[in-house]
Amino acid sequence: MTMKSSTRQVDGVTIVDLSGRITLGEGSVILRDTVRDLLSKGHKKILLNLGDVNYIDSSGIGELVSAFTTAKNQGGELKLLNLTKKVHDLLQITKLYTVFDVKDDEAAAVKAFSK
Amino acid sequence: MRADRVSFTLDSTLETVNRAEETAGKMATEAGFDDEEVMKISMAVREAAVNAVLHGNAYDRGKKVTLAFERTPNDLVITVRDQGTGLDVGKIPDPLAPENLMKTSGRGIFLIRSFMDVVEIHPSQTGTELKMIKHVHGSAGDSKEASQ
Repeated sequence: MTMKSSTRQVDGVTIVDLSGRITLGEGSVILRDTVRDLLSKGHKKILLNLGDVNYIDSSGIGELVSAFTTAKNQGGELKLLNLTKKVHDLLQITKLYTVFDVKDDEAAAVKAFSK
Repeated sequence: MRADRVSFTLDSTLETVNRAEETAGKMATEAGFDDEEVMKISMAVREAAVNAVLHGNAYDRGKKVTLAFERTPNDLVITVRDQGTGLDVGKIPDPLAPENLMKTSGRGIFLIRSFMDVVEIHPSQTGTELKMIKHVHGSAGDSKEASQ
């Protein structure tokens, strides 16, 4: 049930594959630490793959917002990939779906980052 | 026939949040809600428990969270009570307002209201009681959709 995170590089974009739950506590902390660690190491093009994230609560939504804002403030870009229906619906009702750059195809998402 | 009302007194910890969510899921399933409704109910209860543990009791080990489930013929009634100083309902921000959209918190009550049919917040000097009602078989849920 806990969240797992792994990263890989594709054409200069760091893809973060997340799985499990992004909720208050461990899940939110892992997401926060992962994004901050990437930015501190100069990886400023970040694609969060949420395809295996089956649950997110308001704290997790807050962490996504924080990750997006932190990346942007540091001159980076953060996009979301492969939203599950639950996460998609949550972002819709919180009006955040149009705030985030949401993609459903990895190759197209990677190309969408600025060169 | 199952007991119509059960209640739990829980510590102000993250474990309580997870337990409240799990228990709500079981109760909602037993009440006959479908998977999507079960998810909404358990998430609403999780958010209510987060409010009680974090904002109400502020992780104070000396303060408890009371969680109660009541099954009536038409409703599943869930009450979460903390022992904090009382939520100021007037200060609950609208998370959809442009100035709040990018805030990293403040969506819990909004999600609870989105997922449940009736939400009542009763603050007092000895704590806040949050009462959530979900109508069984979706009858009122349907009417809520139709009324929008």
